[in-house]
Amino acid sequence: MKFICLGYADPKLFATTPEKEMHAMMDRCFAYDDHLRANGHFTGGHALQPPSAGMLLRCVNGKVVATDGPFTETKEQIGGILILEARDLNHAVELISRHPGVTFGPWEIRPAADLDEMMRLSAARRGSPPAQ
Amino acid sequence: MSEPAPSDLRAHLDTVYRAESGRILATLVRLLGNLEAAEDAMHDAFNAALQAWPATGIPANPRAWLISTARFKAIDAFRRRARFDAAHDHIAAALHAEGPGPAAAADELPDDRLRLIFTCCHPALAPEARTALTLREVCGLTTEEIARAFLVSAPTIAQRIVRAKAKIRDERIPYQVPAGAELPGRLHAVLAVVYLLFNEGYSASSGASLTRVELSTEAIRLGRVLHGLLPEPEATGLLALMVLQESRRAARADAAGDLVRLEDQDRSAWDRTLIAEGVALVEQALATRRFGPYTLQAAIAAVHAGARRAEETDWRQICALYDALLEMQPSPVIALNRAVAVARVAGPAAGLALVDGLLARGELLDYHLAHATRADFCRRLGRVEDAREACRRALALATSERDQRHLEGRLKELG
Repeated sequence: MKFICLGYADPKLFATTPEKEMHAMMDRCFAYDDHLRANGHFTGGHALQPPSAGMLLRCVNGKVVATDGPFTETKEQIGGILILEARDLNHAVELISRHPGVTFGPWEIRPAADLDEMMRLSAARRGSPPAQ
Repeated sequence: MSEPAPSDLRAHLDTVYRAESGRILATLVRLLGNLEAAEDAMHDAFNAALQAWPATGIPANPRAWLISTARFKAIDAFRRRARFDAAHDHIAAALHAEGPGPAAAADELPDDRLRLIFTCCHPALAPEARTALTLREVCGLTTEEIARAFLVSAPTIAQRIVRAKAKIRDERIPYQVPAGAELPGRLHAVLAVVYLLFNEGYSASSGASLTRVELSTEAIRLGRVLHGLLPEPEATGLLALMVLQESRRAARADAAGDLVRLEDQDRSAWDRTLIAEGVALVEQALATRRFGPYTLQAAIAAVHAGARRAEETDWRQICALYDALLEMQPSPVIALNRAVAVARVAGPAAGLALVDGLLARGELLDYHLAHATRADFCRRLGRVEDAREACRRALALATSERDQRHLEGRLKELG
């Protein structure tokens, strides 16, 4: 089963942690990612730049409106996503609870939804062959 | 050795997982001394198989291969952590010193699984956590499968398992089969979990059937492990009871999925192989003279199984068994079942007196089967109005749709 794991952190933490400590922490995180990768658990993911570098799109009265920096007022922000291959929810919990990144902030573990059937039906409605 | 196609291999590995993960995990827990490390190593070994087997072919003894690979994976994991934490260094060294062994199969001890069952059913764990943990760790079901079977959400089950595991770790619950004076009480807790699983699957309505039937299958599988590894009469008695009840599964429901009473069942649909096995097990348990309530219930089921037609049932024998059972385990539900047997021998009036006695003592007032039984006795005594009244009360108390349909049918018969 695939799980999308969202790691949250307070951006201030990165700014205030001494460099040496930060390096040690990142080394631990990357070493654990390598371990996950070597055993087929890490199937994708990416770190995110701070929310101030991003934008938010929203539909207001039928018009798409773009604003900067989504949810910047919240203390903890999504710092990265990890696509995890695990046998079940408990296995995912175990793998992520050992990730050194949990010391930065909370992680959200969400099972991936299977939309294959929905896409197939939609393709039939649109009269186009299903995407591969 | 053969070189399998990737899709075949995944299916094959799933089969290996369902059949062997309990044994592999149990052995790894003993070798690594820790449930989490064992699980981690086992999952890594299954992933390694997925990568290695397409090239090397499926090994002659997949279980031994998986145990040996998991052990190396665990050493790797301990080493990786040792780079950051010196405490893990000596664990990796100690594990490595033991070596991979000539064949990992030799590392397995027959009672590894038994230890794991006793750990998962430890009385320090919450009762609902015991069943979830046993299904996951011993039977190899996923959290999501367990959640579907018990009709609760996956995060709820996941929480129970996380808490139970933390408790095993923090309270250092030992990974062993209790001995001596401790065994009977602890065995009772294990058998209770297995029987609960069986009933969860057996009494379920046919609507949500598939995963539920699987629970009964898993319970019987566990029962066989217990019986095979532990020479205790009640372990044998419980397996006998489950096997005998299972033998009637096909006859228990009609085409519409409605409940069929024992006396109305098509006995040719009973599974004779299971009956023969169950009867032999009952005899084995009874011969020890140290049997308990599970064996007596199995003996009652065996008497029913021995009657080719409902009219040939040896009700006197069943009454005697219920007398012994009630003495051993005084419970109102057993007293109610005994009343049904007494009615067969001494007539419905004798049965009704027993049921009314129970109800007058305030027992089973909210139990639909008590009122359904009362309705049946009243009907046979020609007290139609009393029968209708009792049937209506039973209907109001029944919770499963199938029971409700059954009672509605009987109410209609009463006119």
